[in-house]
Amino acid sequence: MSYHNPPTTPRKPASFDDYTMSEIRRAAQTGIYDIRGGGAKRRVPHFDDLLFLGASISRYPLEGYRERCTSNVTLGTRFAKKPIELKIPITIAGMSFGALSAHAKEALGRGASLAGTSTTTGDGGMTPEERGQSQTLVYQYLPSRYGMNPDDLRKADAIEVVVGQGAKPGGGGMLLGQKISDRVAQMRNLPKGIDQRSACRHPDWTGPDDLEIKIHELREITDWQKPIYLKIGGTRPYYDTALAVKAGADVVVLDGMQGGTAATQEVFIENVGLPTLACIRPAVQALQDLGMHRKVQLIVSGGIRNGGDVAKALALGADAVSIGIAALAALGDNDPAWESEYQALGTTAGAYDDWHEGRDPAGITTQNPELMARFDPVKGGRRLANFLKVMNLEVQTIARACGHNSVHNLEPEDLVALTVEAAAMARVPIAGTTWIPGQGQGGL
Amino acid sequence: MRKIDLAKTTLRELNEDLHRQSEGANETDWEIVNSQGFHAVAVGVDAPININIRGSVGYYCAGMNKQASITVHGSAGPGVAENMMSGNIRITGDASQYAGATGHGGLLVIEGNAASRCGVSMKGIDIVVRGNIGHLSAFMAQSGHLVVLGDAGDALGDSIYEAKLFVRGTVKSLGADCIEKEMRPEHLKTLDQLLAKAGITDVKSSEFKRYGSARKLYNFNIDNADAY
Repeated sequence: MSYHNPPTTPRKPASFDDYTMSEIRRAAQTGIYDIRGGGAKRRVPHFDDLLFLGASISRYPLEGYRERCTSNVTLGTRFAKKPIELKIPITIAGMSFGALSAHAKEALGRGASLAGTSTTTGDGGMTPEERGQSQTLVYQYLPSRYGMNPDDLRKADAIEVVVGQGAKPGGGGMLLGQKISDRVAQMRNLPKGIDQRSACRHPDWTGPDDLEIKIHELREITDWQKPIYLKIGGTRPYYDTALAVKAGADVVVLDGMQGGTAATQEVFIENVGLPTLACIRPAVQALQDLGMHRKVQLIVSGGIRNGGDVAKALALGADAVSIGIAALAALGDNDPAWESEYQALGTTAGAYDDWHEGRDPAGITTQNPELMARFDPVKGGRRLANFLKVMNLEVQTIARACGHNSVHNLEPEDLVALTVEAAAMARVPIAGTTWIPGQGQGGL
Repeated sequence: MRKIDLAKTTLRELNEDLHRQSEGANETDWEIVNSQGFHAVAVGVDAPININIRGSVGYYCAGMNKQASITVHGSAGPGVAENMMSGNIRITGDASQYAGATGHGGLLVIEGNAASRCGVSMKGIDIVVRGNIGHLSAFMAQSGHLVVLGDAGDALGDSIYEAKLFVRGTVKSLGADCIEKEMRPEHLKTLDQLLAKAGITDVKSSEFKRYGSARKLYNFNIDNADAY
């Protein structure tokens, strides 16, 4: 009788999973790092790791759908003559014309206006479609200064000086040549078809002292009317927030590593920066240490998906949040309705991130006229407005359950954490304990 | 003529007054005295008016200018004429770093020297410097012209796109993808026009060399990685 050893089950190495192996093969074949859009896809501690403590006896809840819970927010109360008044504490993040189609920009404006909030320009400058449909429009002043002009600066309701963004703090951008239509080329003063680099730093200031003078110049040009936002990527949130306040910002926009980008290196998106959850408390502490919390408003962005995320960001000390990828999804980006076309591109709905290639089946992240025509900016705007309103209702529901008549009264004491990591980052106790890891250790 | 004394009038009042000119006011000649190195003097002007600033200025003088002709009778700090759209700006002294940065149009003339990053990321502005310019000038310059009668520092035109550079003196070094190019008749003609617009009559266009993009880095290729 012969004896055969049963074969062992094939086992792939954990460190060299299918994705990692495919990326090695792709890099070897093409000689270029992977460029993609979107935000970090790896799992990092996030708002999911926090839970709210609804009211019972020690706190008294408010009646849902009956008792009022306000959500409006005013941004830019420090210096600007005309602060921004929003109905909801959820804004639309800067996304560029060029990365997005003009129809998509128009839809963002329509949706934001219907919901009572603001939208934001991007690297490509201000389009008439977006200005025309946005009740409140924030104009980004970017290192590239593509499409930058004083007329648009004056047409804006606020100015956002972009120093960095969560997906690529310290990095610039690259709009590959295939997305450069005649209109994009004209707006950016560059020939059609060449890669367009967005600088990683502003060309005309070199530090916080210069920045303070730069902000003064922008205020002088716009007669001190408009709030000046300062957007930073989440890396050293305590010090960067403190310096933003010192430089004169009315509003600090803090973008964590789950924040999206139109296109940059995969290795950058996944390996540089702090999770959004880890950014908020140090930034709030900086504002509190300077006596500026609630005087200089804090907008948090990076992976905000629903009202629960919004409520948690507010509870940790933010005044508002900003959404990008979620807004694109609300418009119809990565919708399974286009599944066969996503598969033809070698991907699947929900995973499509090659926005820089200009072949978006949903017609949102493209300049291809045929694809753009698939997207209806009126319907898209309606969808975005619905989504924003739902998110706000969710925040109000949670706030009422915690006993608050304003979403801005949510506080860290309303939260507990499910993991040690999240507890340390959010500076709230592990659920069922009073233990906050790292408390008393400093840790900026 | 309107005469504004910045020892008596605040900068805010001055800029507010200047901005009113775009709304149809009719005061075409302005003189600003006691500029005292203030930052953001005469920024955001959008009217075809003449402004003479007596004395040196700090950062960002004449930033985002449209239409106006502005002369600084002295030196200018960093960022003079940043993001200029049109009009004319003349500095009779020296200019600090990033003069004419990201400028989209108009003419900037610096009669003295300019420091580093002159014309950085320029997008259509014409800049004429009678003296020398510092390092990393015309970095990522997209379009427009930079004319230098003196010498240029290190890394001139690094990562340049379609801007055209003319240098009469020496260039310490050229940046990535920037090369010397043939001076053809059309370039001599362009340079003659620029010099004439700048009011410079004592040099000849034939004394200059032309620099511009080799266009090798316009679309990424791994074989060019060593150039970055």
